[in-house]
Amino acid sequence: MSISVNKINKSYKNVQALKDISFDVKPGELFGIIGPDGAGKTTLFRVLTTLLIPDSGNATVSNFDIITDFKSIRNSVGYMPGKFSLYQDLTVEENLNFFANIFKTSIQENYDLIKDIYVQIEPFKNRRAGKLSGGMKQKLALCCALIHKPTVLFLDEPTTGVDPVSRKEFWNMLKRLQLTGLTILVSTPYMDEAALCDRIAFIQNGSILEIDTPNAILNHFSKKIYNISADNMYQLIESLKAYEHTYSAYPFGECIHYSDKRTDLKINELYEFLKLKGLDHIIIDQTKPSIEDTFMALAN
Amino acid sequence: MKLFLGFVKKEFYHILRDRRSLFILFGMPIIQILLFGFAITNEINNVNIAIFDHSKDITTHKIIDKISASSYFSLNKLIENEDDIESVFKKGKVKAVLIFERNFNKKLLTNEQPKVQIITDATDPNTANTIYNYINAIIQSYLHEINKDVPVVYQITPQPRMIYNPELKSVFMFVPGVMTVILMLVSAMMTSISITREKELGTMEVLLVSPLKPIQVISGKVIPYVFLSVINAIVIILLSIFIFKMPVQGSLILLGFESVLFIVTALALGILISTISATQQTAMMISLMGLMLPVIILSGFIFPIDSMPLPLQIISNIIPAKWFIIILKAIMLKGVGIIYIWKETLILLGMTLFFVALSTKKYKIRLE
Amino acid sequence: MENVIEVNNLTKTFGAFTAVDAISFQVKKGEIFGFLGANGAGKTTAIKMLIGITTPTSGDATIAGFNVYTQTESIKRNIGYMSQKFALYDDLTVKENITFFGGIYGLNRNTIKTKTRELIDELKLEQVTNQLVGSLPLGWKQKISFSVALLHRPKIVFLDEPTGGVDPITRRQFWEMIYKAANQGTTIFVTTHYMDEAEYCDRVCIMVDGQIEALDAPKNLKKTFEVDSMNEVFLKLARR
Repeated sequence: MSISVNKINKSYKNVQALKDISFDVKPGELFGIIGPDGAGKTTLFRVLTTLLIPDSGNATVSNFDIITDFKSIRNSVGYMPGKFSLYQDLTVEENLNFFANIFKTSIQENYDLIKDIYVQIEPFKNRRAGKLSGGMKQKLALCCALIHKPTVLFLDEPTTGVDPVSRKEFWNMLKRLQLTGLTILVSTPYMDEAALCDRIAFIQNGSILEIDTPNAILNHFSKKIYNISADNMYQLIESLKAYEHTYSAYPFGECIHYSDKRTDLKINELYEFLKLKGLDHIIIDQTKPSIEDTFMALAN
Repeated sequence: MKLFLGFVKKEFYHILRDRRSLFILFGMPIIQILLFGFAITNEINNVNIAIFDHSKDITTHKIIDKISASSYFSLNKLIENEDDIESVFKKGKVKAVLIFERNFNKKLLTNEQPKVQIITDATDPNTANTIYNYINAIIQSYLHEINKDVPVVYQITPQPRMIYNPELKSVFMFVPGVMTVILMLVSAMMTSISITREKELGTMEVLLVSPLKPIQVISGKVIPYVFLSVINAIVIILLSIFIFKMPVQGSLILLGFESVLFIVTALALGILISTISATQQTAMMISLMGLMLPVIILSGFIFPIDSMPLPLQIISNIIPAKWFIIILKAIMLKGVGIIYIWKETLILLGMTLFFVALSTKKYKIRLE
Repeated sequence: MENVIEVNNLTKTFGAFTAVDAISFQVKKGEIFGFLGANGAGKTTAIKMLIGITTPTSGDATIAGFNVYTQTESIKRNIGYMSQKFALYDDLTVKENITFFGGIYGLNRNTIKTKTRELIDELKLEQVTNQLVGSLPLGWKQKISFSVALLHRPKIVFLDEPTGGVDPITRRQFWEMIYKAANQGTTIFVTTHYMDEAEYCDRVCIMVDGQIEALDAPKNLKKTFEVDSMNEVFLKLARR
């Protein structure tokens, strides 16, 4: 196992940030920790990168113990913390040189690993990091975390605050990096990014809700999901909440994702109910559950 | 070694690219030394005085001549009636009025002890006191002159002689103090800020999760400031020698060695501060309140330690700046060598080792 | 339906750089309008002109019937604002925050009292009224700060990336609050670069390099660009 986590607990003053966290990441896997802000993602990353000592439980990274063998871990992993941790007043090239230097290597030595990413920011190599756009900073930070050819890469919310185009590019880069055999642990609050991982772990309030492949995790949602839309969103929500058979009704963009308490929903019956509530242009379709539906079902 | 040099180079980039800290580093010492040298002074110079002479005889004239001939005073007004005394003070024209009583000369010759009254404006008590002492001294010396030939029996005349700073220039007093303050400020505050900045940015996390050893991070952070502080010390000494004509009597090498020792103490304190503060702002507040104030108030820089209440005198002993100021004064003004200040040096060295050890121990290899 | 926001050829230049290039659009009363764009697309500059902090270089705009050149004070009284970065004071209690923001908008003490009561009942905050806001979960803070932005019954509420990073359930509760406010006639103007937030709006407008590249209901945009999500709409627009 590349990463092995066993019953980790960690508390701050009066908050339990991590509760009995256990999971394994196989070599070469792209593993996603998916959860909202405050779920404990950053604390988990800091424990695994040896920055925090857990209150109880143990974990290994590349078979090194995170407490007793923390020096070996620090020598062999790459870490990109939540805020792109770059020196704002140093140029792109100076930043990269600096991080290469503290890992006792040079840009040339491992150039092939970062080449694909670095060529995109190379035109700006004399620009200070503080003056780069969010997407550029993200790429530079990734180069800095890769420069010493780590065996495991920890990326804490690498796509937060970055525009959709850069986000997509970033995930493509991760996929390509994965081909080199690198193990990647990535965290994100965006549910739609879950599908891009090999396996994911849902985390909320310090606990892991479920671990599985993105496809398999959808099967954890046992109920049928219906897309319902009508002319007045607010009244639609209120009406569905008042409906006696409603199991769950959550807004999803322009529709409501609805699930019924019964196994056999009679669409006509629901249609008539909504009609009676004064709604118009009602459309009810069955749809497939999304990652987000599953997350909410598990969190409830 | 290459690793270490790379780190130091990065630190220099940070310092040189931040105009504000560059100004604090190099503008501040110059401004402070000039301020203390010129503006804040205990000396008196060309103080305006008025004289109300009831007697107008040969002796009073001679005394008046002597006073106005000195560079300390200049005669602003001769007053002719009682009411004018108050009005000259109120107008702020003069700082002191001298009143000679009637028949001054006659009383002097008949040994009747003539009286001269010195009225000073005590809104500024220190100056008032100094003016009184100076005038008194001038009158006494005049009396010595006229009594030269008369052997007076049973008279004890103290003959004061101010050594090491014979002209009583206050700038000589302030230079060691200012140098101490600035070295403390630059070394402790700037180091603590530069370390906490990395914490705020999140780069400290990356440094920690790297093969860098704590000692490498600390010394990489500290070396540039040692270098800059030494430059600062040199600038201050040059300024005081060339602008204020301050002599440096003792060995420059010894001075340099003691300065580096103090700089290291301050840097260790800076690292210590950075271990207990999470933000640059906190680091700055702790440096200012926790280091600067004691250095200015309890080190003997401005207020003499001997006249402090006993508890404060005791506390002053744990302030490294106190010992450094003693050492500086001894080397610069007295020109003594290490044999006279080995005790103070040893105390400072002890403190330095203590703080270095403490800060290395306190330096966290993990996040809190 | 009346238009509460009317923008005509609104332009802002900084020297030779045109941050906002002759944009025009209308927003109806009670509409949820999404204003999207990548960082640096001119979103922030446009909003600043609309809420009366920045004077436009040329063009016209009226907000709730007030002119953005001459009636900025009236504009400020008739809008509410909530940003993710600054929402409430962490070191004040829930009650103190409500009282403070009510006071800013000139509500008298009795109104503040009744409004506070209403708000606390509606959000079920009974247990935490006297707790510091800093100790509450992010989702709660956002719900409270939205309610606070509505305290003075503004005609338009500007929301800046309101739900980024919040857990999916709280986020939906938040959108339910927005739907409710819109249903009661408040216009909601959402700026964001999170495309999934855009899905919830009645209409969205996408800015690229200072210009409006697309303006329609999310449903129609997805149809036009033949994709399944606003995220993909944005990707297609950015590639053009």
